[in-house]
Amino acid sequence: MFNQEVLNELIKALGKDKVLSDREDLIAYSYDATAAVPRQEPDVVVTPTSTEDVVEVVKIANRYKLPIYPRGSGTNLSGGAIPLQKGIVLTTWKMNKILELDTDNLVATVQPGVVIQALNDEAMKHGLMYPPDPGTVSTATMGGSVSECSGGLKGLKYGVTKHYVMGLEVVLGSGEVIKWGGKTVKNVSGYDLTALFTGAEGTLGIITKILVKLTPIPEAKKSLLAVFDDLDKAGNAISDIIRHKVIPATLEILDKVTIGTVENFTHAGLPTDAEAVLLIEVDGYKEVVEREAPIVEKVCRDNGAVDIKVAKTDEERDKIWFARRNALPSLAQVKPALVLEDATVPRSKIPDIIKEIRKIAEKYNLLIGTYGHAGDGNLHPTIVIDPRDEDEVQRMHKAVDEIFHAAIGLGGTLSGEHGIGIGKVRYLPLEFGEAGVRVIRRIKEALDPNYVLNPGKMVLREE
Amino acid sequence: MSIYTSLDAVSEYVLNCTKCGNCQAVCPIFKEMLYEVAVARGKNSLVEVLLDGKAELTEGMAERFSLCTTCMACVANCPNAVPSDKIVLAARAEAVRRRGLHPIKKVIFRTLKLQRLFDFGMKVGSKFQGVALKRIEGKHYGARMRFNIGLGKEKVFPNLAAKPFRSQYPTVIKVDKPKMRVAFFTGCMINYFYTDMGKAVVDVLKVNDVEVVIPPDQGCCGIPASVNGDVPSAKALAKRNLKAFEEMGADAVIVSCSSGGTAWKHVYSELLEDEPEYKKLADKWAAKAYDINEFLVKVVPFKKEGLGRVERKVTYHDPCHLNRGQKINKEPREILKSIPGIELVEMKDPGRCCGMAGSFSIVHPDLSEKIGSKKIADIAGTKTDTVATACPACRLQLHSGVVNAGLDHEVVHVMQLLAESYAKGSMAAAAK
Repeated sequence: MFNQEVLNELIKALGKDKVLSDREDLIAYSYDATAAVPRQEPDVVVTPTSTEDVVEVVKIANRYKLPIYPRGSGTNLSGGAIPLQKGIVLTTWKMNKILELDTDNLVATVQPGVVIQALNDEAMKHGLMYPPDPGTVSTATMGGSVSECSGGLKGLKYGVTKHYVMGLEVVLGSGEVIKWGGKTVKNVSGYDLTALFTGAEGTLGIITKILVKLTPIPEAKKSLLAVFDDLDKAGNAISDIIRHKVIPATLEILDKVTIGTVENFTHAGLPTDAEAVLLIEVDGYKEVVEREAPIVEKVCRDNGAVDIKVAKTDEERDKIWFARRNALPSLAQVKPALVLEDATVPRSKIPDIIKEIRKIAEKYNLLIGTYGHAGDGNLHPTIVIDPRDEDEVQRMHKAVDEIFHAAIGLGGTLSGEHGIGIGKVRYLPLEFGEAGVRVIRRIKEALDPNYVLNPGKMVLREE
Repeated sequence: MSIYTSLDAVSEYVLNCTKCGNCQAVCPIFKEMLYEVAVARGKNSLVEVLLDGKAELTEGMAERFSLCTTCMACVANCPNAVPSDKIVLAARAEAVRRRGLHPIKKVIFRTLKLQRLFDFGMKVGSKFQGVALKRIEGKHYGARMRFNIGLGKEKVFPNLAAKPFRSQYPTVIKVDKPKMRVAFFTGCMINYFYTDMGKAVVDVLKVNDVEVVIPPDQGCCGIPASVNGDVPSAKALAKRNLKAFEEMGADAVIVSCSSGGTAWKHVYSELLEDEPEYKKLADKWAAKAYDINEFLVKVVPFKKEGLGRVERKVTYHDPCHLNRGQKINKEPREILKSIPGIELVEMKDPGRCCGMAGSFSIVHPDLSEKIGSKKIADIAGTKTDTVATACPACRLQLHSGVVNAGLDHEVVHVMQLLAESYAKGSMAAAAK
């Protein structure tokens, strides 16, 4: 139970300026970026500046059996940062130092509160980059991003967060600190706990240090836009590009609904009669880009693209990506709230899932714009709703339910990059059965027997 | 119902805030404080619970609503285009309605309303400013506070003018064959501190065959009152200015400070929404209100012949309320680029708030200083000798920062450079 005594102990351990307990402050930690999930004000917010601070907080939380909710920038889309059972919100914002940028070993060591873009800005000075780029790259923290294993636009060629995390320092639920992994590419000592904590949504430990791999910035890139009057043709083009041994850095799709909405709000001259638009970017050495871009162009044409634009200048490139950048903002203009899902299927099933989503949208009379990372099968069916319209909210929940079933049915997953968090917990058996859920629970209880860490997310106590 | 009369006016805006957090990427206060309430979505969430009746508007909450420079960077970066600046202004007005105005602010705004008393005070102040302020040495003008009265001792203030700008000029400044007759709204900073800026505006307009009238009854623009939630004072000042300009009559009102421009173009109409007579007047003048840069590019294109060489390397800082508030950013650059000899070097992120934000810098001097120092670092990176801007408040902040950082930049309004160029041009012509 939270009481004055806990507050005093936190203040004693951390200092007054790292503890917030005024209601006027707590209100602003009751949410994250997720729509249509409950809000809850925490009892207290702490802002540690060191691993030692975090250890102190965990010890106090255990003593009083209070939940801790680790929080980066609160930009996640699965309710991961919401303090469902009150307790302590632990923000990592002030643990925001880039500790080392090792250009010999191509790794960086950062504290969890470093914003992804800040790491990229630093890496760029050395001709390097940290490829995972979720839409929130300029706000999300590394700690949150590793905990949610975020993906982004470059997943197809460069992979996602988990492919870049080489080592972690973690404060366990017990208050013990472990370090796992390191700067070596090869490392088979023990279980791969680095992989376990990556994407654990803060339910197993609090990440206090992160070692990530960096890669050289590609020398050149080229963007193309291909318009299709038929969804299957676009789908075939996606697979056919890969079959031609070209792996674009980015391969995005916008469906008809999204194109129409973007055009309606931006008047950028998009073909509103198109069934799908593909946005493709290849990158690498100049010579490679010069070879790959024409292949992509030809494949799109052979698969029946009705129009193809190849960017010749930076300005033209910006123009091509304008539509994609404006997908979310344009959909946001339609109604006040957006439910942004991330159903993911094998890339060959892209046309099927888009058609399924369209059927679901019709059935429940909802506006669902679908766009996303076609190259890696990760789509973002985005449902626009007015939260004041209860009937619409109910229909939205039913539609989401059916989208999950459709994705699993096509051999996909509930969540490509947003995480399980609050909303998808009860769907987990659908993906890996009751036995799978029990395994997750046993891992959770081995590391955090008191359910102190981010309770109510991803894994629930046995009922 | 306007944002100044009811918090309900922003309920739709608040609903549209999805808490995506994109505001964090650009909010200057958030970057210093790393604290959820500092950023737009945090304050929006406070307003949300207020509207839902789930919290009281406490003094603590009112304090948190002061954490905003209204720079509108969040608005520009918001996928839903939520006007979070307006939400904050509405919350401040609501706080004043429910809790009353801070006693010090009350005295200040009352004085601003009593233009004659204010004017007298400033004139007396110019004689005795040495008591509280210590002049800084060297080529820079200005002074620092001798003791810290809560404003911070570091800020370098400009010297109070011995004679206010409006006392230096006749009401009507005639030119031969005028193309237009414009009324100049000077604003307080130009009137009492930066008379050189006002002179530059008048000189440039004269060169361009524009007759200038300076309505004598004009006063404070009212923005300091409206952004602090003192709606009655803001309204009184708005009416005073509208009457003063209506009496003089002119084809346009010219403003050379960004708050004043916002006041004439947007705020007066909003403030006076429930007073039809004045609302009509406010709308009428809003339609012919121009920032001086805008006026010289779009209305009376400034003369390119007669421009003399000005050998300067210049970087330009975009005032928030001119750039995002009035969408004016190309015009000042166009003017700078057309001046022979000037090399314009863009700083990194010229549109980021300088941290002055009028009274914000008085309420939060340390934060203002920290935000400003980022801007000064960007200026230092340009290797220029002059900082141009288009707002006296920004000029104060930038000048203070430049002096404190030991930089050698001169900080001026774009009009001062244009006036300098015309002056050099006419000297060169005379020499021939």
